[in-house]
Amino acid sequence: MFKRLEDAALALSEQPVHIHVDDRPLACRAGDSVAAALLAAGIDACRDTVVSGSARGPYCMMGVCYDCLVRIDGVANRQACMTPVREGMQVQRQDGARGVRI
Amino acid sequence: MSAAMVTAAAIDAGIETWDLLVVGAGPAGLAAATRAAGLGLRTVLLDEQAAPGGQIYRAIDSTPVANRAILGPDYWHGMTLLEPWQRSGGQHVAGATVWAINRREAEGGFEVAYSVDGNARLLHARHVLLATGAQERPFPIPGWTLPGVITAGAAQILLKTAGTVPSGPTVLAGAGPLLYLLAWQYLNAGVKITAILETTPRGRLRAALPHLADFLRSPYLLKGMKLLRAVKAAVPIVEHVQALEALGEGRLAQVRYQAGGVVKTMAAEHLLLHHGVVPNTQLSRAMGAEHAWSERQDCWEPVIDAWGATSVPQLGIAGDGAGIAGAVAAEHRGRIAALHAACSLGCIDQATRDREARPHQLALQRAMRGRVFFETLYRAPAQFRRPVGDTIVCRCEEVTAEQVRSTARLGCQGPNQMKAFLRCGMGPCQGRFCGLTVTELMADESGRHPSEVGAYRIRFPTKTVTLGELATLPQTQQSRDAVVRLAK
Repeated sequence: MFKRLEDAALALSEQPVHIHVDDRPLACRAGDSVAAALLAAGIDACRDTVVSGSARGPYCMMGVCYDCLVRIDGVANRQACMTPVREGMQVQRQDGARGVRI
Repeated sequence: MSAAMVTAAAIDAGIETWDLLVVGAGPAGLAAATRAAGLGLRTVLLDEQAAPGGQIYRAIDSTPVANRAILGPDYWHGMTLLEPWQRSGGQHVAGATVWAINRREAEGGFEVAYSVDGNARLLHARHVLLATGAQERPFPIPGWTLPGVITAGAAQILLKTAGTVPSGPTVLAGAGPLLYLLAWQYLNAGVKITAILETTPRGRLRAALPHLADFLRSPYLLKGMKLLRAVKAAVPIVEHVQALEALGEGRLAQVRYQAGGVVKTMAAEHLLLHHGVVPNTQLSRAMGAEHAWSERQDCWEPVIDAWGATSVPQLGIAGDGAGIAGAVAAEHRGRIAALHAACSLGCIDQATRDREARPHQLALQRAMRGRVFFETLYRAPAQFRRPVGDTIVCRCEEVTAEQVRSTARLGCQGPNQMKAFLRCGMGPCQGRFCGLTVTELMADESGRHPSEVGAYRIRFPTKTVTLGELATLPQTQQSRDAVVRLAK
């Protein structure tokens, strides 16, 4: 688990930003990236890989590794570490390879 | 002129032209852009992050870590770069990802495509300075893809940007100054570290000793020693670690390693990996600048002169993206490159450039003192750069070390041919986290030097772009005619 230091926890409690992660509400600190918010909430895997379906989560936190890809507001393959949280944002875990709907 | 043409011309005119584009708002980018704006160049700074500072001064004006003692004075030095930039008159665009830079053949200079919040935009620049910094060196060990394993740099970013730290058993592994800096910052923040697994092999200190005299004159010596002593007093350190592995089903549970001939296992919830940083060369590669293999740092570096100028006219590189030298060196390299840009654009003459650059060249020399000593000491051991067997090399396409090695044994000449067999390097990260490993593995198998094996050919767009984003680019009659072929 990750935890917030006192100052960060205070900022969260004073003025939280509300997002939904797989339809569950999550209060975040304004200024958090989606990846930081997920990790602070104990969610360290945010997708299953396209090749083997293994669980993966944020690795580099600086936009380089693309391991933190999630679906944000319906758009797949967004980098969670490069996207700041926004009120009402819908974040969904990304499962495996994209299927074709017939 | 038809109405459509008028509109197209107006849109074309709407693409702003700048004297200088600086990419990246770390120490090199901030210092360069400030200097350039001060010299009268119309300067724009595009930075991918939401807030300026780069990685070293990440979130310098927005960090929730209010207690200054936690991150330390070297971090807060970043404010001395930020404030002058904010007063400089230059334009800062945050959250801007540059994904293509093309030469404008007729007009000279460059056309630059970038995205902000899902919208693509264009600008023109007469001169481009890349200050895209560094990324973590790949650390391919068994299990490095498990959730719970992140880079030390990532852990530090979580601390700086979100005031978020690990709780539960936390193991730091690898080598290099950042590993100890992070440990020190964690101690300041009251975070308990289970162990530091140091991978520096026996005999390294002896190899580094010839460079000791230089290191003793380093401005970092005292600070570094103090920090090391504090960490060593508080955290158990295991030396000469080999055969490091992250174990767990779907998540990290244990760390296994070998030290002193004994295999040991410890429970871990967090494993933070670090083997130094390497230049981020995606943009300079895609722009066709010449690169060379650095023997001392086992990575590619762009070939630059003393002014940061590359083999591509009007393209400069400053900071760690031009070769790893640290944050203080980066700001002086940025200022030197800005002076050169101003000179090459005819804004100042050569005598002025040379005179103004002198203090920064001296400061750069000072900042570089002693680097060879710890580069030699902390060089990532071969077993962690050249993995074997089932260890994943390409995190995106989940390609193993043995798969890459086997293509070299089949006669594959280099990384670009290998791609066709394995898709290695063709996932969303575009080879950023496997490129160096692949070059070294193919060199290893074929008994050639990395420079003979070569690197991935990098193409624009250097970051993933959606079709929706592309569709937001300004349209001209010419661009419409290129795709909409209606019968006349």
